[in-house]
Amino acid sequence: MRDNDDTALLAAAVREAYERAAPVEIIAGGTRREFGRAPTGTPLSVARHAGIVAYDPSEFVVTVRAGTPITELEELLSQEGQVLTVDVPRFGAASTIGGAVAVGLTGPGRPYTGALRDAVLGARIVSGTGEVVRFGGQVLKNVAGFDVSRLMVGAYGTLGLLLDVSVRTARRPEAEEIVRLDRDWPTARVALRGWDSALPLTGACYAGGVLHVRLAGLAARVAEAHRIMGGEIGDAAVFTDLRDLRGAFFDRPGDLWRLMVPPESPWDPEDTVIDWAGAQRFWRVAGDATVVYELAARLRGQAMRLFGGDRSVGPWAIPPPATMALMTRVKAALDPRGILNRGRLYPAW
Amino acid sequence: MPIEATLGSIGRMNQTVEPSHHHLPAAFMRRLRRILPADGLLQKSTEVAAYECDGLPVYRARPRAVALPRIAAEVGQVLALCAEYQVPVVARGAGTGLSGGALPHPEGIVLSLARMNRILALDPDNRTARLEPGVRNLAVSEAARSHGLFYAPDPSSQIACTIGGNVAENAGGVHCLKYGLTTHNILALKFFDADGALHEIGGPTGEWPLDLAALLTGSEGLLGVVVEATVRLWPKPPSTVAYLAAFRSLEAAAASVSEVVALGLVPAGLELMDGLALSAAQAYTGIAYPEGSAAVVLAEVDGDDLTVALEGERLRAIFTAQGAFAVEQAVSDEDRRRLWLGRKSAFPAVGRLAPDYYCMDGTIPRRSLVAVLTEIGELSRRYGLPVANVFHAGDGNLHPLILYDAAIQGQLEQVEALGADILRLCLVHGGTISGEHGVGVEKLDGMCAQFTAAELATFHALKSAFDPHHLLNPGKAVPTPARCVEAGGMHVHGGHQPFPHLERF
Repeated sequence: MRDNDDTALLAAAVREAYERAAPVEIIAGGTRREFGRAPTGTPLSVARHAGIVAYDPSEFVVTVRAGTPITELEELLSQEGQVLTVDVPRFGAASTIGGAVAVGLTGPGRPYTGALRDAVLGARIVSGTGEVVRFGGQVLKNVAGFDVSRLMVGAYGTLGLLLDVSVRTARRPEAEEIVRLDRDWPTARVALRGWDSALPLTGACYAGGVLHVRLAGLAARVAEAHRIMGGEIGDAAVFTDLRDLRGAFFDRPGDLWRLMVPPESPWDPEDTVIDWAGAQRFWRVAGDATVVYELAARLRGQAMRLFGGDRSVGPWAIPPPATMALMTRVKAALDPRGILNRGRLYPAW
Repeated sequence: MPIEATLGSIGRMNQTVEPSHHHLPAAFMRRLRRILPADGLLQKSTEVAAYECDGLPVYRARPRAVALPRIAAEVGQVLALCAEYQVPVVARGAGTGLSGGALPHPEGIVLSLARMNRILALDPDNRTARLEPGVRNLAVSEAARSHGLFYAPDPSSQIACTIGGNVAENAGGVHCLKYGLTTHNILALKFFDADGALHEIGGPTGEWPLDLAALLTGSEGLLGVVVEATVRLWPKPPSTVAYLAAFRSLEAAAASVSEVVALGLVPAGLELMDGLALSAAQAYTGIAYPEGSAAVVLAEVDGDDLTVALEGERLRAIFTAQGAFAVEQAVSDEDRRRLWLGRKSAFPAVGRLAPDYYCMDGTIPRRSLVAVLTEIGELSRRYGLPVANVFHAGDGNLHPLILYDAAIQGQLEQVEALGADILRLCLVHGGTISGEHGVGVEKLDGMCAQFTAAELATFHALKSAFDPHHLLNPGKAVPTPARCVEAGGMHVHGGHQPFPHLERF
């Protein structure tokens, strides 16, 4: 794995951009550039800032530079029989851990193994003024100072340039198995609710009239769980494709949305894939975004535009004015001249 | 109002700072009274006396008034009024915090959320509960029990402490190794900022364009006042077994914890009690620990029967290999309750060994447990102050309890110096000065050691985004640069070397 520390160079670049009030577009692997709105600014690459800062397998925490490709990180962890605790999407070999944290998506394991933000223990960033600051740490419990490192997750790089992150790892499960069951969605949902306390689920999605369940853990337990559930052996690619938003449903052009809703929510729309045991619903729907936002609001959930279609929409609905103003003040606290990924998350940032 | 000036007037060692002779404006008090229910404003010194301190009673101050709203709208109006008159506000739950986070401001009011204690909704199908901030932590699990669900964070004060306070402190507990801290169990928050503007953040999965919930959780009342929290409920596991492993040395017990962690096991709880804590617990609860125990490790595994059996066997094997001379097992609810009783009552039990005790709270990497506990033992001998260790070993969260007598002149200062040395140890080993009790007023100087001036400035900038006039719990949690200069201004970032020039914090 490449081991190169570009901290000084990146901090200097942001500092210069701050002094000139000239926006920069933060790029690493470049595989997530289509997510969110189109930013303005000179590209600033973090790709060379790669490698492991600290890794003690017995502690189950790795501190890794933002430009490190996810697959390379996983390769290193696998030499110790470990994996990241959470399902991290990637979009090719160039996809980096920094990009994953910035966009903040979590794959199908989310309801069972947690969100990416749950796995982040600390981060070192370059602030919008070019200062190198560190928040959180490498230990599991830490309440000293505000939790700025988690704030970075999903902020699309608008609050800081990520230098390195400390994330949790876990022992690789002894066994993994995919089970497919033919069910209608309401029946599937009832079954999932019964299983998730007792069986070692690490994923549950529903597409094309089929419930796909991923089991992982001790071999004896996985086998026992499969026996209890019934169904046929499924295809592991169902879950990796879903994680990486790949395959027939995702590869088409046009707007791709995700709705985060209470898992029991009723669901009528066509052209969807249900993930996270019901809590996340991918939806292919063209045209007016307000239709999507309204459905999400009706279900007391949220909608986020992922990619495809009109980049000037989303990714999130604009919150009420007082809250938008608060978020804008938070943005200004970390990036006072609005130079980091300008326009990526909201038009005026 | 200059934060440092007000901090300087906070009483120490059972001296209470009386409000200065400047009264809050009569118009302010009149309007405040109009906002609140008839019995919702306390002003008499006998009434406000109960609010002088939180769970860290060495710091005391008397507020000008205590506001007790019953509904969210009243909270917003109180905050807007305080913003108008520039009156400091200290939000308070049950006052069980251990770092002085709810210490009143002598020029301001206390905003008690204790009467807003309704469970607004329980949704067993979606496994969530919508709560007012004054709901007691344990009441959530009690309400969820009939649905086979529970609320996971379980700080030892869970009988009394409130959800609002838990959010403010990012409370943990004995089961957070597996189920996470408060921050991992909050899905949505409604809160007022310092100007009294209401914000609703989060949602069914907790996601939001900016993770403001993460920022609010653990912010110690500096950023906003939470008036509603939606929390995640977990299905009660079908089977739970607790283990008690007895060791002849503290080092062997600590090493066994490191080994459990290193092998990748994640029990629901993994706690350690040293000899002093054991004898205190034994005297207090009547629970007999195996004869000759110098330390015990308590572990709990939960899940389906098969998992519990398999993981339990692994645990037992590790404990035995690491030198445990006895491993007991508790399966029934009653047996487990008894086994945990000693742990959960350890603080009051230790409290009976001396007139006073001081509870520390730092986190270290689990690999450093043996080294740090050994060094704490040496420090204890050097200072001549007994230290009991009873803590969340599985996540490296230490709680050394320093025994002392506040009536002895100068002993509290000795205790603080020892505490500072212990926190320095945590930093040197790559840890943090607070794992779950918060910074409050207690660890402000420690913050100077853990963070650079630029990092502290970032915290202040974020505070200003929520609270431009620094009226919400001012002077807590984040020290000013001036204070850090005074405290020595030293900085040990991630510290991998000793810092002899760092005098004390």
